[in-house]
Amino acid sequence: MKIITLPLFIHSVPAGFPSPADDYMEHSLDLNAYLIQHPAATYLARAKGHSMTGRGIFDGDLLIVDRSLEAQQGQIVIAALDGQLTCKILDKQQQCLRSANRDYKPVPISEFSELIIEGVVIHSIRHHTPPHS
Amino acid sequence: MFCLVDCNSFYASCEQVFRPDLRGKPVIVLSNNDCFIVARSAQAKALGIGDLQTMFNIKPWLHQNRVNIFSSNYPLYGDLSNRVMETLRLFSAHIEIYSIDEMFLSLDNIKSASLNAYGRTIKETVYKHTALPVGVGIAPTKTLAKLASRAAKDIPKCQGVCVLDSAKKWDWMKKRTPVNKIWGISSRFARRLADLNIYTALELASADPKYIRRHFNVCVERIIEELNGHSCLSLEEVPNPRKQIYCTRSFARKTNQVQPILDAVSLYTARACEKLRAQESLSASIQVLLYSSTYHSNYYNSNRVVQLPWPSDDTRMISALARQTIQQMIQADVFYMKAGIGLLELTPKRHQQLDLFSPEQSAKTDQLMRVMDKINRQYGKNSIYLAAEGVHKKWAMRQAYRSPAYTCRWEDIPLIEC
Repeated sequence: MKIITLPLFIHSVPAGFPSPADDYMEHSLDLNAYLIQHPAATYLARAKGHSMTGRGIFDGDLLIVDRSLEAQQGQIVIAALDGQLTCKILDKQQQCLRSANRDYKPVPISEFSELIIEGVVIHSIRHHTPPHS
Repeated sequence: MFCLVDCNSFYASCEQVFRPDLRGKPVIVLSNNDCFIVARSAQAKALGIGDLQTMFNIKPWLHQNRVNIFSSNYPLYGDLSNRVMETLRLFSAHIEIYSIDEMFLSLDNIKSASLNAYGRTIKETVYKHTALPVGVGIAPTKTLAKLASRAAKDIPKCQGVCVLDSAKKWDWMKKRTPVNKIWGISSRFARRLADLNIYTALELASADPKYIRRHFNVCVERIIEELNGHSCLSLEEVPNPRKQIYCTRSFARKTNQVQPILDAVSLYTARACEKLRAQESLSASIQVLLYSSTYHSNYYNSNRVVQLPWPSDDTRMISALARQTIQQMIQADVFYMKAGIGLLELTPKRHQQLDLFSPEQSAKTDQLMRVMDKINRQYGKNSIYLAAEGVHKKWAMRQAYRSPAYTCRWEDIPLIEC
């Protein structure tokens, strides 16, 4: 069986003038589509702590993380360092995970520690008014 | 070519996605109600923990061996399963979802020389995108693809990918596969095949199909064809609507009281009716099931089938009938452990046989059910429910070790230290 979909106009037009807007109908903006290129590989997480404030990530912000991207030099990543998840700047050249806050020292990636890049933080979302309150 | 992608220890792997500290460690997942072990990571298997082993009396041993225990978290597993499936769409336009952790793909435009590399890319991409390890089996028939995926898992040299694209290769695998491990051969059939001196897949493949058809059935005959590389089973991309819908669960603790059992049956009915409406079917009769505790001396189980006045998907009517029925089944001196409901004789709502002389479900009911489903979809399960389902739900499932619904609930998304 083949399913054929037909466009449905929102105005019924028994007589008179059709709505001039019907020909120009578009879907409303979809934030998911705008923010997320790989939905199946994208996860949400919440930031906890202050080490990334210099790059605009504050305690309680929402992080949008894409696992499918290959992390590049200087990008903000979610890393599993010895099994613990952390959000840092990847510095491949200096072999370390950097913070964006002077109060936090870089974490060197030694050959004795296990580092897995879990994904790249593609967006962070700040709540300027508390959500769902 | 068919390709079977099979997730390794799927539920246990799901529990490790957001807990990198648990990767490479023994992890087990328990059944509904924390009764049995339903999934084990490779390290848990290595400790000798058996499939479907009961949890009774082994908790101290598990703690001693630092086994990480989880109650089942189906919202999480369902979401991750969808992600695997969506990722597989990058590799084929034709996918059959065979189960929550197995998917068939058809690979028709790949040169046979590059099948192995393609399988490897599938495996690596799924891991990169979802952190879930999979095995990949590729072969000219679904039954052989299933064998290939077993080889991918069991033979270390395969490293998770196995292509059986020539008779020489699949004969090698068939020689090492007992018949009861073939897809579609039950252990009962395996015993009967043993009577005919057929023990391995290779022996079954060289049996006379006509003879087998006479003594077994056409399905076993088809398996022989499939084992010899002739494809009989095609990809089922659109799942067939289910012919029956069951919802049965154990209670957290056994009970001899009527009210909690009635509440439970109402809830199970609501769940089953939601599924019924989702597949746009109507049910003409229901089966109500009730079990006592198995460890009890007077073990009792009972079931009753009741006809509905007309084919329906109305939670209110079906629930009232289920409650009335189970009330008649409950005996005073028995402790009950489990109850359930089955919706039977399902027919598509669209081609309903209208009976001139009997009433049918009213349009108003249809509207009400649509609104109920919509509210529950939009505002979360159980936002609106029948009062008969009970407000306290003391009998609800025991889930002592449940992990957060990392991908399905705002308050459960992972916290990341920064």
